[in-house]
Amino acid sequence: MGTRVSGERGRRNTLPGFGLTMGLTLTWLSIIVLIPLAGLFIKTFELSWDQFFGIVTSRRTLNALKISFGLAFAAAAVNLVMGVVIVWALVRYRFPGRRIFDAVVDIPFALPTAVAGIALTSLFAQKGWLGAPLAELGIKVAFTPLGIFVAMIFIGIPFVVRTVQPVLIDLDTEIEEAAASLGANRWHVISRVILPSLIPAILTGFALAFARAIGEYGSVIFIAGNLPNVSEIAPLLIVIRLSEFRYADATAIAVVMLVAAFLIIFAVNRIQSWAQNRIPVH
Amino acid sequence: MTIELKNLVKKFGAFTALDGVDLKIADGELLALLGPSGSGKTTLLRIIAGLDWPDAGEVRFDGENALTRGAGERHVGFVFQHYALFRHMTVFENVAFGLRVQPRAIRKDEAGIRARVKELLDLVQLDWLANRYPSQLSGGQRQRIALARALAIQPRILLLDEPFGALDAKVRKELRRWLRSLHEEINVTSVFVTHDQEEALEVANRVVVMDKGRIEQIGTPAEVYDRPATAFVHSFIGESVVLPVNVSGGQVWVGDQALNIKPNGAAPGPSQLFVRRHDMQVAPPGGGLRGSVRYLRTFGAVQRADIALTAGDGETLIEIDTPRDRPLQIGEVVELQPTRFRIFSA
Repeated sequence: MGTRVSGERGRRNTLPGFGLTMGLTLTWLSIIVLIPLAGLFIKTFELSWDQFFGIVTSRRTLNALKISFGLAFAAAAVNLVMGVVIVWALVRYRFPGRRIFDAVVDIPFALPTAVAGIALTSLFAQKGWLGAPLAELGIKVAFTPLGIFVAMIFIGIPFVVRTVQPVLIDLDTEIEEAAASLGANRWHVISRVILPSLIPAILTGFALAFARAIGEYGSVIFIAGNLPNVSEIAPLLIVIRLSEFRYADATAIAVVMLVAAFLIIFAVNRIQSWAQNRIPVH
Repeated sequence: MTIELKNLVKKFGAFTALDGVDLKIADGELLALLGPSGSGKTTLLRIIAGLDWPDAGEVRFDGENALTRGAGERHVGFVFQHYALFRHMTVFENVAFGLRVQPRAIRKDEAGIRARVKELLDLVQLDWLANRYPSQLSGGQRQRIALARALAIQPRILLLDEPFGALDAKVRKELRRWLRSLHEEINVTSVFVTHDQEEALEVANRVVVMDKGRIEQIGTPAEVYDRPATAFVHSFIGESVVLPVNVSGGQVWVGDQALNIKPNGAAPGPSQLFVRRHDMQVAPPGGGLRGSVRYLRTFGAVQRADIALTAGDGETLIEIDTPRDRPLQIGEVVELQPTRFRIFSA
């Protein structure tokens, strides 16, 4: 049962079970994550470089990627601001229904995305509760890029809230009192003390919401209208290519998204390790 | 600056944290608020700082009403038990914070801020840590930085809430001495809260003993130790032996034995006799406290005896040191003569 870590005499690790858990981790991650992703890359090798380049730089693909990434970024930015405001209200104030609002935040996590998409579509359709008054103002949401933006905000909000909330709860109110007694006004306290303490969590939440919105499919396709070059998201284009049996095309687009997703996750990790170096956990 | 507190009352729901507190703090004083947890000492400190507001009563700084001013306008330096340093700022920026948030009209320029922070870091002897983050410092270092930060705005009063409470015993002792000498150097009116009597007696010029939201006694360390005003103060400060006695006819009785001590003006009726361990001596029979020797140990010139005093319903076991030239036997019944004692009505 002893785990050999290093050295000829087989020193025992103080924490047993390293071999077992490491083996399980690698096996599991390989089956669930690494092998399917490797398959994706291998499939794209059926294409020559020129073909690959042609597919990912075609007008329709570029527009779909632009729509997915651009709107996802904008939606994540909105979620960043609104998420922080919501966290502030939920953590710092006691009001009737607070726990219900707190639970409501998780609905986008739990709701099947297709249900969310249909609900949002009927709400923002021209005859919908919100769609009708907006239509009178000349704003059309459903079946436009604006609809995609709304759906992406919907599915992204819990990521920011749930990332920032525990950090704000942990933030000692004493540091605000310390700042106040040093003569800081409310604005100084927020801008120089609270927000800088929250920034790593806020950026992490932003990146998670961004990544989620890029990959979002279910809720978006109902509300998007799905016009090529106008309101067609990259994941939908992949599905379309698959239904046309153009598997290599589909995987080429997928590889671009995968690399982007990897870069985002890498950025999240960098933010976290930067924050941890600065503020070690005690 | 003088601080005057008049009839302060503060309630948190059903809990009364302060129940009519009057206190005058003189300019340049180093005052300790001493009491058990829940005695209201921290609440009192927070009200002086403007971090809490009383339900009734007055707070006056140099005779001026301070309650109309918020925490930031009172020029009070506050040091928290758990330091409350800004974790995302370097030590330098922590100390500079109070200077950077000053209104533009009186704010120093960057060079002025640097000079002042340097001066403060020199004062707390930690200038070599300027570029570290608080998480890289030890507890004692953090507390000194918190103090430097509080002093940066040249406060008129320095308030410290259990400043050494989170530190280990050795560091605590060092910082106590250091705080005393710092106070002599900068001489700003200072109030610190502690539940550690040794700390209060060692550091402060004057000690305010609090219990259940009220002030029990105000006095110099020697006064509160030697002449406790109430039963609470006597049992809270220093070790006390408490025995149930009865005062009647100008005499003090343990059961049916009259003691050869004077009631010292204690009211007739059931009372409590408070004696410190070192204020008792083995004496020839005749009106001392009776007890039997249970256990003996010898340390050099003294022998230490555990003596079970019989008073009231049970026994009270006390440990006293006696000279070896009066040898004791285990099981021997001896009498102990209190040389200094207090009697409070039960």
